[in-house]
Amino acid sequence: MASFSFDVAHMLAGGLVLVSFMMLYQDRLYSLLNVLALHAIMLALSVAWQAYIQHAPHLYITVALALGFKAIVIPMALRRMVFRMGIHREVETVVGIGLTMLVAIALVALSMEVMLPVTTHSDPMAREDIALALSVLLIGLLMMVTRRNAVSQIVGFMSLENGIVLAATGAQGMPLVVEISVAFSILIAFIVIGIFLFRIRERFDTVDDQALDRFRGEH
Amino acid sequence: MLALPFNPVIAVLVTPVVAAAVLAALSGYRLSAGINVVASLLSFLIAVSLLFDRPPISQYLAIDDLNVVFIVLNTFVGFTTSWFSASYISHELESGHLTLGYLRFYHAMYQLMMFGMNLALVANNIGLMWVAVELATLTTVVMVGIYRTHQAIEAAWKYFILGSVGIALALFGTILVYLAARPVVGEGLDAMVWTVLISRVAEFDPALLNVAFVFLLLGYGTKVGLVPLHAWLPDAHAEGPTPISAVLSGLLLNVALYALLRFKMLLAANPGAIAPGPLMVTLGLLSLIFAGFMLYRRRDIKRLFAYSSIEHMGIIVFSFGMAGPLGNFAGLLQMTMHSLTKSAIFFSVGHVAQVKGTQKIADIGGLTESHPVLGWGLVVGVAAIAGLPPFGVFMSEFLVVSSTFARQPLLAVALALGLLVAFGALLMQVTALAFGPPRGPVGPVRASYVPMFAHLALVLIAGIYLPAPLVAWFQHVAALLG
Repeated sequence: MASFSFDVAHMLAGGLVLVSFMMLYQDRLYSLLNVLALHAIMLALSVAWQAYIQHAPHLYITVALALGFKAIVIPMALRRMVFRMGIHREVETVVGIGLTMLVAIALVALSMEVMLPVTTHSDPMAREDIALALSVLLIGLLMMVTRRNAVSQIVGFMSLENGIVLAATGAQGMPLVVEISVAFSILIAFIVIGIFLFRIRERFDTVDDQALDRFRGEH
Repeated sequence: MLALPFNPVIAVLVTPVVAAAVLAALSGYRLSAGINVVASLLSFLIAVSLLFDRPPISQYLAIDDLNVVFIVLNTFVGFTTSWFSASYISHELESGHLTLGYLRFYHAMYQLMMFGMNLALVANNIGLMWVAVELATLTTVVMVGIYRTHQAIEAAWKYFILGSVGIALALFGTILVYLAARPVVGEGLDAMVWTVLISRVAEFDPALLNVAFVFLLLGYGTKVGLVPLHAWLPDAHAEGPTPISAVLSGLLLNVALYALLRFKMLLAANPGAIAPGPLMVTLGLLSLIFAGFMLYRRRDIKRLFAYSSIEHMGIIVFSFGMAGPLGNFAGLLQMTMHSLTKSAIFFSVGHVAQVKGTQKIADIGGLTESHPVLGWGLVVGVAAIAGLPPFGVFMSEFLVVSSTFARQPLLAVALALGLLVAFGALLMQVTALAFGPPRGPVGPVRASYVPMFAHLALVLIAGIYLPAPLVAWFQHVAALLG
């Protein structure tokens, strides 16, 4: 039974890494948002499994948050934003997709290389979960660096954050996990609202904006 | 012994929260500004009472010798800044930069930010500390963007993204610390309680702690403004309201550094872990020298002093990295002095920018002639921050250099070089600002000079005579830091 629960946990965490890779080669914002929702669903499955095998019912709150907020509300909000702003064309990348994939593979290798030797004394469950979570985190970071568009930066940040939630739930018995996942959701909500305001202001207030600048003696 | 009828730690947290709620409901700006000042003063008084009456340590909150210094400093600068802010914002309102609605929001956010910082300082739980730092960051992000100009929103966005990444990395580090603690302390809350961690850290797995510290250094280091991670800092300082620049430089950077110091203490207490010193020395020196050179080309007065903050954070991180009783002592002193001096400079800069209607250095000149009090205040502040005697910054920088020289002469040379570069730049810039024929509008200024001169007086007194109990206190804390 123990080895079965390990296998499932690893499969789900590995699935999350795989979905992270899928994000890297999406070249349209809509499909990127679909993959983001998939990422959140994988996270929810993974956390649900941890909640089940650790007998930690409070983790189901994190699951609900991942499913409701990250898999449905945020992708829908972002989709609406993309539609309203008419930026639904290609994703601008700084470097080519092939190169990004290679870097991502190197990052996964790196996180295995860093985490596995230092966690030899922790229990095997946490050990590999942490290594996989670090991979997800680093790929998310890579995505934020290689994308110019604000929406895909948010997507990168959310996948980074999913990696952290995975790490936190993998660390058995960690207190405050639920609180932290709530805090992160608030952060993301802030970011999304921020983008809304930012873009909308940019579109309607161009003239007003310059007037303000002149008023303040800049430009 | 003073006995209060309530728990002062709770009170220092509840006061700003209640004030924030009240301020969010009130619309009159004079009253709000007054309440903001009173609430900040109240927090400060409660924090001072912590010096005498220390409540018992709980799983979430604790007051010990290290954080009591920071909480007093934090609430003090919070109080003087709210005073400065009261005169600053009335001008912003008259000139139409802010509307009443935004002011209401601004005041509520100010108290919420103070709550976040106070909580981060008194937290005895590394998870709670992380949440508090996040809260403080969020509130400052909103305030940086409050002018709603294109640049302000751009700056807030940049701060937001970089800050979030930093925060995420710090959380990963925190999780790793928990993982290291769990086999020793056991599952659950205890494995995140700092006082429990420090008492048993010697048994933790050193390899895991090492990796954790790298993440924590990068994560909280972003918030400290260490050099490869500093990109948000100058923009955030330049585009937000000046009171926010003052608390960013004077307080928030300190809070992030304090978080880092807590984890450094954990590493220092574990015999098998790497010494965090070399990492911190490298980052500190890099920040100092890079920021020193950047100071020369600044055209915006607030950006100039933002880079000066990066430079000082570099010096502080450097001296904590050198460690030892003297290094830590110098670091603590430098942190306190920088806080006081830099916020005083921003108080002056805020009024200067208002009266001149610009932040461009090229359009500001001859301040000592056109506005003697403001101009000389700025000159004195810059002299203090550049490290001229007899101010406190001189003493702490002298300590850093001399203690480094005794142990690592080569590093001391690099450090002294960085200090000289920054010194030259600041001198050059302040000459352009303060002397020569006045440039720009020379209209009268309605300013409250008390906060600025109170800070400068404290820095001067500290430079001339540091009271013996204070020295003993700092020495004691320096020994704790390892």
